[in-house]
Amino acid sequence: MIKGLMTGVAAFALMAGMAHAQDRKVNVYNWSDYIDESILTDFTAETGIDVVYDVFDSNEILETKLLAGGTGYDVVVPTGTFLSRQIQAGVFMPLDKSKLPNLSNMWPDIEERVEKYDPGNAYSINYMWGTTGIGINVEKVKEALGADAPLDTWDIVFDPEQLQKLQGCGVHMLDAPAEMIPAALNYLGLDPNSKDVADIEKAGELLKSVRPYIQKFHSSEYINALANGDICLAVGWSGDILQARDRAAEADNGVTVEYIIPKEGAQMWFDQMAIPADARNKEEAHEFLNYIMRPEVMAKASNYVYYANGNAASKEFLNDDVIGDPAIYPSDETVANLFTVTAYDPRIQRVVTRTWTAVKSGQ
Amino acid sequence: MNEAPASKKTKRSLGGWALIAVPYFWLFLFFLTPFFIVFKISLSQIAVAIPPYFPTFDLAEGWDAFWENIALLSFENYVWLTQDDLYWKSYLSSVTIAGISTIITLLIGYPIAYAMARSPRAWRPTLLMLIILPFWTSFLIRVYAWIGILKNEGLLNQFLLMLGVINEPLTILNTNIAVYIGIVYSYLPFLVLPLYASLEKLDESLLEAAEDLGCPPWQAFWKITLPLSMPGVIAGCFLVFIPAVGEFVIPDLLGGSDTLMIGKTLWVEFFANRDWPVSSAVAVILLLILVIPIVLFQNHQQKIAEKQQ
Repeated sequence: MIKGLMTGVAAFALMAGMAHAQDRKVNVYNWSDYIDESILTDFTAETGIDVVYDVFDSNEILETKLLAGGTGYDVVVPTGTFLSRQIQAGVFMPLDKSKLPNLSNMWPDIEERVEKYDPGNAYSINYMWGTTGIGINVEKVKEALGADAPLDTWDIVFDPEQLQKLQGCGVHMLDAPAEMIPAALNYLGLDPNSKDVADIEKAGELLKSVRPYIQKFHSSEYINALANGDICLAVGWSGDILQARDRAAEADNGVTVEYIIPKEGAQMWFDQMAIPADARNKEEAHEFLNYIMRPEVMAKASNYVYYANGNAASKEFLNDDVIGDPAIYPSDETVANLFTVTAYDPRIQRVVTRTWTAVKSGQ
Repeated sequence: MNEAPASKKTKRSLGGWALIAVPYFWLFLFFLTPFFIVFKISLSQIAVAIPPYFPTFDLAEGWDAFWENIALLSFENYVWLTQDDLYWKSYLSSVTIAGISTIITLLIGYPIAYAMARSPRAWRPTLLMLIILPFWTSFLIRVYAWIGILKNEGLLNQFLLMLGVINEPLTILNTNIAVYIGIVYSYLPFLVLPLYASLEKLDESLLEAAEDLGCPPWQAFWKITLPLSMPGVIAGCFLVFIPAVGEFVIPDLLGGSDTLMIGKTLWVEFFANRDWPVSSAVAVILLLILVIPIVLFQNHQQKIAEKQQ
């Protein structure tokens, strides 16, 4: 009996030792539906590093976990505005660029725009980027506004007369003041990155003027609602609306969804990969980032999720329906019109939140 | 002669203390400890750091730092709550929505529990099973299912249009009506179960006696059944009202943008504003709003019980 027990303990110790020897892993926390999973299995096959992959669906959830500390994640993917605040809070470690030779593949234009959030690109690499624009159900919007009405403009959202006509078929808007207030400021001809209280109040007034015609403020429900034809207009993120477009096409339910980057300009956002300062597998995390920055790998990811990436060398490996789609890779003129905004400091954040609550509750 | 029972009594009370200690320990570990952590955060200041507030009371810093940190705590966040009417409106609207939902749930739940308790004994396990059955599906999925039922092109509207009751689809989803439907549906079993338990124990001979003495059935219900089932009614109402006040999922999924509930306000404060101190203060006040009436009610009940003895 005792002998049996001893053998058992020995076997267990041996197994633990073996597990330790090959216990190379990296814990990745990324957005849901945001990678071709074969990339992960290929990475493990090549490097022997296991990928423990976990997903989230909002920046707020990620940020709360990071700020609570001790997440156990080695690679996380926050959006630029959130990233800059998290860098200030000391959440991330500076990247060891000597371990990232593939940085040479990155797209200088994108790196330059990301500087605003991550000076010197010291803490993060770009994974995907996109825009915040308008998703429409083409038939229903044309039916309501007239076949010739121009649709490539924020007028269809911010002009109360036009939005009123769309009320009947359903309008959703992102429940994200950091997206909607800059969009309103841009439409008013003000600086979308303004941190001035008077400007923010003006944006609030504009949003209140169209509030009666908005059915719901929500940041994810519009994907299904657009695809099913429950709503005809949503202000949302490019990739989500393109996902709705594809779902509608697959379902063949007579709904045609289109994504519009309005001519007045739209906000550009960047999802950045970074390594938390308390990550346990820093070496493996760097290897993972370097692998992701290979042109073929990044192209594979974009071909799967239909988002633009920040890797210039990957362009030649992209499918035509990705690189050739102006909703994903906008033309140079359109890009020139896109704007970026920085995070609000806590004092302005309160004003922004109050304004947003007032808009939503219609007071 | 007298000594023996006395010693027995002290022994019993020792055992009694041990028995009481278990729930108190439970209360301390899982209620008071988290509560004090939340209360402490509610007295802190917001900061751009991990965690996003200060002071953090790092025990490694020693006692002096501890007392300095204590001096940094303030009730500023509670003052802030009184200055912005958003919070009071949220509390008030949550209590109203929860209160109305509780009344509707009681009106629907009482007949169900009554019918179950009066049904043939052989049916009762099956009926009980039917009440519990929805719990086998995730709460979240059941709430999502209501979106499919209530939306403009949903099952309910299609059905009513087909019958010709309405000509245009009713907008129910994303309104407060949808929130009421969601709460009543989700919490109905929590009211029916305790109510059924108290109705089933009811001594039927009391009703027979009332009948013999010439009391009509409806009066017997008012004078006998209802008072005797009050403990079940109260337990059930508390089980519906308390979680409904803090409900987040139902107003988020079924409610509209103007549905103001404290759970949502707290979520925004905590996740969107990263203001852990203010959201903790909101949570502490919410707890007080719920606990104080319950304590007052229990004291009142105890006094009545003492008077009757």
